[in-house]
Amino acid sequence: MATITLTINGEKRTVNVEPDTSLLWVLREHLGLTGTKYSCGKSYCGACTVHLDGLPIRSCTTPVSVAEKRAITTIEGLSTKGDHPLQKAWIEEQVAQCGYCQSGQIMQAAALLASNKKPSREEIINQMSGVLCRCGTYMRILKAIERAAKEI
Amino acid sequence: MKNSKSPDTTVSRRKFLSAAGGITFAITTYAILPQWAFENPELEPNPEDKGRQISAWVHIRPDGRINIYNPAAEMGQGSMTALPVIFAEEMDADWSLVHIEYSPIEPKIYGPGVWGGRMMTVGSRAVSGYYDSLRQAGAQARYVLMDNVAKKWNVPITELSTEPSMVIHRASKRKISYGEIASFATLPEKLPAIPADQLKDPKNFRLIGNQKITRFDIPAKVNGSAKYAIDVRLPGMVYGVISRSPVNGAKPSLLNATEIRKITGVIEVVTLDHGIGVVADTLEKALKAKAALRIEWSKGAKAATHSSEQAYAEYTALVNDDSRKGRSLESKGDPANAIKMATKVYTAMYKNDYLYHAQMEPLNAVVSLAADGTSAEVWCGTQAPDSAKGAAARVLGLDESKVTLYPHYLGGGFGRRSSPDYVEEAAALAKAVRKPVKLIWTREDDMQYGQFRPICLQHLQAGVDQAGNITSWKYIISGTGDNLLASGAEMPFYTLPDLLIELRAVDHGIRTKHWRAVGHGPNKYAIEAFIDEIAQDQQKDPYQYRRHLMRNHPRALKVLDTVAEMAGWGKKLPQGRAMGIAFAERSGSPGAGVCEISLDRETGKIKVHHIWAAVDGGVIVQPDNARAQTEGSLLMGLSSVFHESITIKNGEVQQSNFHDYPILRMADIPETLEVKFIDSQEAPSGLGEAGLPFIGPAVANAFLALTGQALRHMPFTPERVLATVGAK
Ligand code: FES
Ligand code: FES
Repeated sequence: MATITLTINGEKRTVNVEPDTSLLWVLREHLGLTGTKYSCGKSYCGACTVHLDGLPIRSCTTPVSVAEKRAITTIEGLSTKGDHPLQKAWIEEQVAQCGYCQSGQIMQAAALLASNKKPSREEIINQMSGVLCRCGTYMRILKAIERAAKEI
Repeated sequence: MKNSKSPDTTVSRRKFLSAAGGITFAITTYAILPQWAFENPELEPNPEDKGRQISAWVHIRPDGRINIYNPAAEMGQGSMTALPVIFAEEMDADWSLVHIEYSPIEPKIYGPGVWGGRMMTVGSRAVSGYYDSLRQAGAQARYVLMDNVAKKWNVPITELSTEPSMVIHRASKRKISYGEIASFATLPEKLPAIPADQLKDPKNFRLIGNQKITRFDIPAKVNGSAKYAIDVRLPGMVYGVISRSPVNGAKPSLLNATEIRKITGVIEVVTLDHGIGVVADTLEKALKAKAALRIEWSKGAKAATHSSEQAYAEYTALVNDDSRKGRSLESKGDPANAIKMATKVYTAMYKNDYLYHAQMEPLNAVVSLAADGTSAEVWCGTQAPDSAKGAAARVLGLDESKVTLYPHYLGGGFGRRSSPDYVEEAAALAKAVRKPVKLIWTREDDMQYGQFRPICLQHLQAGVDQAGNITSWKYIISGTGDNLLASGAEMPFYTLPDLLIELRAVDHGIRTKHWRAVGHGPNKYAIEAFIDEIAQDQQKDPYQYRRHLMRNHPRALKVLDTVAEMAGWGKKLPQGRAMGIAFAERSGSPGAGVCEISLDRETGKIKVHHIWAAVDGGVIVQPDNARAQTEGSLLMGLSSVFHESITIKNGEVQQSNFHDYPILRMADIPETLEVKFIDSQEAPSGLGEAGLPFIGPAVANAFLALTGQALRHMPFTPERVLATVGAK
């Protein structure tokens, strides 16, 4: 067991876990930040995507020790009032169905827009193809990202 | 579907009596009131502004806010919004004041009117199943409000009318809001049945069919606050995981129990019939202990003799041997003779592999048994809360009334979550440790101990007349999963005078289950692909060829004509492109699709460029959501058409996660996807699955048009495609 201090959404949080525990379990089960989802646990689906120093990572295969001393952003901290342009666009386009993949979709898309303000359709598809949606909301995800890109 | 329950039974079953204090109302025999907003503590009414329960379905506060109870599971299909919309329409509620809550799990009150009253959200039936009864219930709530005003103002009720959340008396130019009425309303002894002709004329609908009404659940689903059962955390909660039989039916013996119990954090090891459960104080410790389990599995399970690749040979023998009579699904005329007399006879077989649900939220449940063991609580996402509650009660040895189930959002259902198996397991672990237990299935658990859409083989034979039209039809289905293979085998919209449809099922001891659109996926694939193969041989246009088959069914013709027009059927396409068309009806909704594809002959990859779909779903309650459901069912369909296959070897599932069971990614989406609904005043039919059955054959038919070759084994993987185009 180790005491690990994390900076999550700008706040310091301390947990007592084995250093090889995945960041995902720490966020969800130890700290109650359940907006980040577990789905495959092996970096195949993107449901657990969070930002580490602004870059999108799969928290399910990231040991918590790696995240120490870095800025972690989860869906709960993407915006203060749930009003990130992507979140607004997601509502406008009525993207979510079951919703389970959507935190990961939005976090992945936010990282894209942070590095590329005017992505082409191809760039969006490339960047987003690692995040799976079983409900088949891809057409709307694409539209919502294009809409948000116009607003940024 | 219309008024299958007579209005009078509605009244006697939903008879409301006012309790002594006049504030709460109970329903005879069931004595229940909807539980207050367990998910949303700030909605807990304070005593002063408690408001009134106007019926089992609605509660109004003096400030005008309205709580409507949703009886359906919300698994992404949007019913939690659509059902309250239907109720609010007839109640004439101001939608901006409506808040939605889950109803209690009381099937006798909140079950739908048309299928035995069970609270199951399956088969795209939520809207169609509740449409009549929720219109009636909404109209009754409106009546109660008007009746109270009539008495208060001493005017005949017939002089009153409503506007959203307002009762109006035109003669005296008076108005009163629903909230104000709630502050003095009393309930009548008996609720009147509102005759159908006094319900709203669909022309006057303000909410049903309104493009602007958005889904209630979406805002919480973009900021991480939407709660799924897997997100539940309780004080003192511990974690359970289970190692389940690799071969269905094998029984476990744990070889290293002592060692496992010594692992730090492990609280209990539980032997179940089908696996070994470990409960630990954290999830990571539970998973580590699970990985350390050494289990010997009993031999001799039936499933151990099954290998999916070999099964097709068994089915082929079965469908070709008419002495092996199966179960007749439909029979008319004299198909044997008609096929003998036909000008030409066609025969083909189609294969469909096992499919896995792959809902993004793996199965899970939280169960807590009270310290004294006399009551329990269950947190889960389920399509069948009544059976989940019953299952937990059975495992815990409690009466069902002692179990409270809190429904949560489902991170996908697709048929998998109408089984209560994961709730039973969580209950067994909770019983063993007497602490709240969160049971989580890993993705590997979820896939390897899945309940699959059954593997099957379709054998078709058709005779055509001199004009080249199909007149006789013999359809034999074989595979596992019995009745799951039957749905969609029939063709109610095609005119075929001599026809036989038969099911020759085999039981391999493999767990099978409803999977979005059930048998319609494989059956419509076989039927629609076969029709195109015949049309091609007869040198007929497949669209016109189908029109002839549908000649007696205007509703079917309408969707087919609509989609053909949307796609510009028959127009000249770029080199290397072709279109395919197909038709299917599912959950009472006829639908048709066209897709335009190209083929990379090097890699065997089919690219879908465009999809057009037309569906007749009757009255469309939530147009934008209906469109989203159709998009989703088309894309989930495409996923199964190109990528998905579970294979089983000696009873063991060969796949374990998304690397070897890939599902559709954004890279696979078409450039355009266009959906149209037919304008209709008919009662609503199901839309959650309607797009799925016709997309597979539309792809196969486009491929046939492009290459002259038929794809007869789904999924159409690159290897199978290359084998098909290579096999001239
Ligand atoms: S849960 Fe992390 S990528 Fe799937
Ligand atoms: S919305 Fe259900 S998985 Fe994406």
